[in-house]
Amino acid sequence: MSASVTGAKFSGGRHGIRKSRWLPIYVTVYLGFLYLPILLLPLFSFNNAASTTFPLAGFTTKWYAALWGNSAMLDAARNSLFVGVCVSILSTGLAICAARAITRYPFRGQRAATGLIMAPLFLPEIIVAVSLLMIVLQIGLELSLATVIFGQTVFCLPYAMSVLISGFEGFDQSLEEASMDLGETALGTFRRVTLPVVAPAIVSSLLVSFTISLDEFILAFFLSGTEPTLPVYIWGQLRFAAKLPSVLALGSLMLVLSILLITIAEVLRHRAERRIQGSSFNG
Amino acid sequence: MAEKPMIQIDAVSRFYGIYKALDSVSLDIAAGEFFSLLGPSGCGKTTLLRSIAGFDTPTSGDIRIDGQSAIGLPPNKRPTNMVFQNYAIFPHLNVAENVAYGLKRLRLDATEERRRIGDALEQVRLSTLGTRKANELSGGQRQRVALARALVMRPKVLLLDEPLSALDKKLREEMQVELRSLQKAVGITFVLVTHDQYEALAMSDRIAVMFGGRIAQVATPKEIYQRPLTRQVADFLGGMNFMKAKITGESAADISVETKRFGVVTLPKPLGFTHREGEATIGIRPERLRVLWDDATAAHAIEGQVVDRHYFGEITHLIVDVPGLEAPLSVSETNNFGADDIPVGAPIRLAYDPDALVALAD
Amino acid sequence: MVAVSTMAEGPSKSAPRAGRRWIDSDEATGLTLISPTLLYALALLFLPVLIVIAYSFWTQDYLTIDRTFTLENYRVALTEPIYRDLLARSLIIALVVSVVTVVFSYPVAWFISFHGGVHKNLWLFLITVPCWTSYLLRVMSWKVVLGYQGVLNTGLMSTGIIDTPVTSLLYNSNAVVITLVHSWAAFAILPIFVSLEKIDRSLIEAAHDLGDNKIMSFLRVTLPLSLPGVISAFLIVMIPTVGDYVTPKLVGGKDGVMIATAIQAQFGKGANWPLGAALSVTTMVIVSAMAGLVVLALKLFVRWIR
Repeated sequence: MSASVTGAKFSGGRHGIRKSRWLPIYVTVYLGFLYLPILLLPLFSFNNAASTTFPLAGFTTKWYAALWGNSAMLDAARNSLFVGVCVSILSTGLAICAARAITRYPFRGQRAATGLIMAPLFLPEIIVAVSLLMIVLQIGLELSLATVIFGQTVFCLPYAMSVLISGFEGFDQSLEEASMDLGETALGTFRRVTLPVVAPAIVSSLLVSFTISLDEFILAFFLSGTEPTLPVYIWGQLRFAAKLPSVLALGSLMLVLSILLITIAEVLRHRAERRIQGSSFNG
Repeated sequence: MAEKPMIQIDAVSRFYGIYKALDSVSLDIAAGEFFSLLGPSGCGKTTLLRSIAGFDTPTSGDIRIDGQSAIGLPPNKRPTNMVFQNYAIFPHLNVAENVAYGLKRLRLDATEERRRIGDALEQVRLSTLGTRKANELSGGQRQRVALARALVMRPKVLLLDEPLSALDKKLREEMQVELRSLQKAVGITFVLVTHDQYEALAMSDRIAVMFGGRIAQVATPKEIYQRPLTRQVADFLGGMNFMKAKITGESAADISVETKRFGVVTLPKPLGFTHREGEATIGIRPERLRVLWDDATAAHAIEGQVVDRHYFGEITHLIVDVPGLEAPLSVSETNNFGADDIPVGAPIRLAYDPDALVALAD
Repeated sequence: MVAVSTMAEGPSKSAPRAGRRWIDSDEATGLTLISPTLLYALALLFLPVLIVIAYSFWTQDYLTIDRTFTLENYRVALTEPIYRDLLARSLIIALVVSVVTVVFSYPVAWFISFHGGVHKNLWLFLITVPCWTSYLLRVMSWKVVLGYQGVLNTGLMSTGIIDTPVTSLLYNSNAVVITLVHSWAAFAILPIFVSLEKIDRSLIEAAHDLGDNKIMSFLRVTLPLSLPGVISAFLIVMIPTVGDYVTPKLVGGKDGVMIATAIQAQFGKGANWPLGAALSVTTMVIVSAMAGLVVLALKLFVRWIR
């Protein structure tokens, strides 16, 4: 909503748009709406009660302590880590090829190809999950962490692609030409120039894919066999009301980890952008 | 001196679909020459340069560098090095590392490598900036790093793609002088692409003027300026007054024309001369028309009336109507003697030297 | 040396003719590079969807699949009351959620784009951080908030604002809507923001110069130019929402069940893959049609304002 309605006279501000008092308040409330429910999880994970009601019943870390002895949870955590690493490497690897093709070597049918790869963003996850389930079982494969990895990669690809496309787009073609001109081979150019300059985008993509995989539930739910990932494990625990606080503790840890990884990815991306900006044409 | 040329461009064409970026271009560039490709944007000069470097493959024709055909050779195997228009300084390396980039593959021993880098930086006067990071350099400094990086490879040919276009005027003029003396000091062939006529005139041994994928004229700067071959070339470098004249005689080397106000003159016949209906186009540069003050006389003079005047600091442009000429003359006169005070509408007498007249080929 | 051209010693036999083969071209390299990714997407996205569509025309008898073509599954999907109800409710919820989310997100995107100043990236980052947390955890947090003994109720009761707990906010469609709006709120901001950033500010200044006040210039210049972003936001929210599984299961109760539950049932104990496939295809087709209508409506609305 634009700012106040007082007719044709506007004073100051850029573009003649006067700053409104209400809008910043609205945005702050909006941010509160976004964050508060999530912050409740850590809040109650330190609460010394088995249910999530006010008033609070005293501070405790016992729910967290209990996690370390929970072997089922630790197994699930290990699975999530394994899956996350595989998914991030696979998505990023595939996305690097595709992003480079799109930004550097235009070809016919490019938009259709990009559309296909980005499609999971616009599809209900359950349909993706169900269709993958069908094809896996048709082939006769067993459901396992491998099927989860392949399924989640399909879902992470669009995100990895976005990160890498903007990374490659900001990368000047003449840098590679200069390297070739100075005697370097194509492979050498990739190793000495392309990779270092695009590295922050690659790391960002790895972190983003890992985080998405870590948090992803539906595909893991449909495609995992006997070894659950953390979200699947949490889902299983939700029927037991008594387990709620430890689930909250686990959830809080996952929240912190996700936010940490994403922050690192963003800082890296920002620094890389500044480095590239600084050394471009208009010094 | 029938020395083999360093670069031979042999009927090179480059098509993009039906669009002709280069149309059967042929050219020879001698070793040790400072050669410029001059023309407006889209004329094909950059395409040609990139073809020499290896970043563009011609659709047909051959390019020979130092006697060897370069077609099919990738850029990293050619004895050429390029200074890119935006300098292409590697952002993740500092100055010394940038300059050392191409040397790494040669696996020189450390002292030799350092010596060569030091020499290269000294040549471009950047010796103190070895450890500076790429994103802390000014435009002029970046350009020198790009130069040093290319020269340290000791190529047979240095290619420069509009290297000065990003610099401001003063810096550009300084760099023009520096590039020229650098080329003389190093002694290798320079091929420079520019759209700036004064740049080409100031630095080159020879210039090739290009329009629409074709070469219009190849000659020394003086020759190109004083004896342009075509109207396009004449117009592109400086101003030119054009007029029609009737052809009264023609031989192998000369043509005689009867001009409307400049008398009957015999002029050298330009290469590829064509005439329509017995008429030729003659030209004279604005600065070759001299104002005759007060009672001064001259062997060749014409009379007219000033219809407009523009002041440019050092010089004044006068637009003079001369009865009998189809278009007013443009006159460029230094302001030393008060040309800027000549009132509009005043009668004026202009002296000229018949040698200043030029016959154009088209 | 004023020579314009010199021929070398006759046409040289050894000089290779210049020419370009397609295989060396940029296009070929591009296709080669993208092929692994493309094949992956084809095999694991396109192909499975085709199989789903194929299955929707077959029937399943315990463990055996009968591949005779039949429209029976679609008949069931479209005429059985239970499925029609679920489908209708899912579509309505998807529509409501996307409208609410886009309407509430737009001002935030506008604020960051036009008043974000040097801290734009920081604002954007803060807004999108919740996107990267686990969807499951976010839904759980709403369960915590909206329950009978949940945060909202016990909080309001302990401060004396209400005496009896509010029951209308959990285990029904309202809870589903609120939870989904919260989930998508940050996602919808991004496409709208990107669209707004692309708008040339001098266009808005020109509108003011020609007499528009701020509301009018917004409706006639900013809004139409940001339409691609708005449409993107709608689609990103509406289509995945229609097939949402977790939220209805956790906070929907009996009243808030959505079509995804029915689809999932066919692949579990229910073991009727063809029906599950038919339900999936039907859902996708109808929601795409609805999306198309929404896009059309938006475009007409924008044109009408002019």
